[in-house]
Amino acid sequence: MSLDRWIALVILSISLLYSYAAFFTMDQLLPPFMQRNPIWPSTFPKILGVLSILVSAIIVLGFEKNKDSKDGTEIDYRRLFDYNLGQAVFLIIMMAAYALSLRPLGFFISTITFLTVSGYALGERKIFRLFFIIAIASFIIWYLVEQVLGIYLRPLPSIF
Amino acid sequence: MLEGLLIGLETAFSLKNLFMVIGGCIIGTFIGMLPGLGPMSIIAIMIPIAITLGDPSAALILLAGVYYGAIFGGSTSSILLNAPGVAGTVATSFDGYPMARAGKAGKALTIAAISSFAGGTIGAILLMIFAPALSSVALLFHSAEYFALMIVGLSAIAAFAGSGQVAKAILMTVLGLMMATVGEGALFNMPRFTMGLMDLQSGFSFITLAMAIFALPEAIFLVLNPARAAHSESGKIENLRITKQEAKSIAPVIGRQSAQGFFIGVLPGAGATIASFLGYAVERNIAPEHEKKEFGKGSIKGLAAPETANNAACTGSFVPLLTLGIPGSGTTAILLGALIALNVSPGPRLMTDEPQIFWAVIISMYIGNVVLLILNLPLIPYIAKVLTIPRTFLIPFILFFTLMGSYIGQNNSTELLILVGLGVCATIMRFANYPMAPLLIGFILGRMLEDNFSRSMQLYDGINFIVERPMTMILLFLAAFLVVLPYLRLGKSKNAD
Repeated sequence: MSLDRWIALVILSISLLYSYAAFFTMDQLLPPFMQRNPIWPSTFPKILGVLSILVSAIIVLGFEKNKDSKDGTEIDYRRLFDYNLGQAVFLIIMMAAYALSLRPLGFFISTITFLTVSGYALGERKIFRLFFIIAIASFIIWYLVEQVLGIYLRPLPSIF
Repeated sequence: MLEGLLIGLETAFSLKNLFMVIGGCIIGTFIGMLPGLGPMSIIAIMIPIAITLGDPSAALILLAGVYYGAIFGGSTSSILLNAPGVAGTVATSFDGYPMARAGKAGKALTIAAISSFAGGTIGAILLMIFAPALSSVALLFHSAEYFALMIVGLSAIAAFAGSGQVAKAILMTVLGLMMATVGEGALFNMPRFTMGLMDLQSGFSFITLAMAIFALPEAIFLVLNPARAAHSESGKIENLRITKQEAKSIAPVIGRQSAQGFFIGVLPGAGATIASFLGYAVERNIAPEHEKKEFGKGSIKGLAAPETANNAACTGSFVPLLTLGIPGSGTTAILLGALIALNVSPGPRLMTDEPQIFWAVIISMYIGNVVLLILNLPLIPYIAKVLTIPRTFLIPFILFFTLMGSYIGQNNSTELLILVGLGVCATIMRFANYPMAPLLIGFILGRMLEDNFSRSMQLYDGINFIVERPMTMILLFLAAFLVVLPYLRLGKSKNAD
């Protein structure tokens, strides 16, 4: 089975869960006075759930054929290991780590570490130039966000 | 009217207001380029500055300049990085980005600049001529018509964005609509599909979703296949000029889309996003067969259409704001908030009671469009230098701006984890050629669609509104036709074979 049908199968599963929630769990919470309304909070989700099940089933059952891209620069998922998969996975992990470290470590440490390590992982070897540019850029961005836009960004770890 | 126009000219050409419009355009252009910081965020942030000015005309001129600049800047990042910071410029990336990757970034940016200028300027002329009449037309549209109009917009997007894969495009649209139902709705004060998570109480964030499905997969694709980056790095901006032939080719598109975009912008709830997608869909549909194949691969008409339409729609969205006091979009809703904070009540009496505000804003639109053209065209080679930045710098910074855009929008680090999760899902979907734009537009229109549907159901005590309002029925038939159209074409071409 091709990837697009697998994805449609996942969406079909999500749609079934969504529809189950819309049809069987939402209406019980409805206050009696709202039950006389022609529209309930579950009405629109019910329509969407049924529509989504139907359309995803069309793809899962293969009624609409996948149209493979002929563009040579697009990624062929069947040969994923021929690409820089390791780098991509590493950067995704780095992003998740950045999300988790932003509050406890503060903006500067987490941002400089994230950008420097990501740049190094992608092949940048002029590490001092990289660090220097990132440090200046981080300060400018922090200043703009915190001082100009007024959005709080903890600069350093909470112990400082 | 003439007297008001003269007062407006005097106000708009005062040194202070000229400074406001130029400053607003510059701030908007640069911030609009950054993926994640759309006009809504920056206008909201600029409101305290505008209010401290104390002058409603100057404040509105500044905020309007920021609005135009952000839309214009958003097109630049759409073309160069395929990272639209604003929903209204998503359609720009369909052909703008392929042009940039084919080494025609300069040409793409020039076409975008000219189209935006023309759309904005023609829109401003139309605003002056038709404002009173158009506001009365927009008043005739009820919730039922808005609901049907949104269905038409979604059908057109689903039918035309999928390039032959209509079911996938419809599925993505429905998925976007489903995502929009997460959280507390406006009409029903109860949380839905939050799974008990506090972070989902207010639903998914538009900025996070936009970053996750556009910027993040693009950066991951650049990492996976450096050949994609090599295309960009070699893309020198040598040829900014467009040929006479190209100018001739886009001129009718600009004319049509200025008018269409403006009228769509006038309708509350429609705005620049629907205008740009509909503009793209219409031009693709009416193009000759040989040109139709170019859409999505770097068509100049495909670039000019959404760029003209979204700028004309921005102008159009000021009509209900200034004449009726009804915001046509999230951005104009923020502008409305700013005006109320300045003790100005927009509505039918604004034109007569405070002509200096009404007309100065309109005149400043002309000035703003000239500023954007003068500012952007000479800066194009410098703006396009973004493409020559090594990927070891560019990719981490794209990822960083994606993360920061999402963080600034919500000020919540959980949002960053949602961003990464959605980004990974979007990347896998792109492997299988699932179109992402319908998902985003479905998400954006989801709340408005449900609100208008609910209001119509309540007003007509059920789905009778479809039968009782002929315009609604016509629009819904049009929507059904748009969905069936690709299959009819497919059947026709099979028969021809």
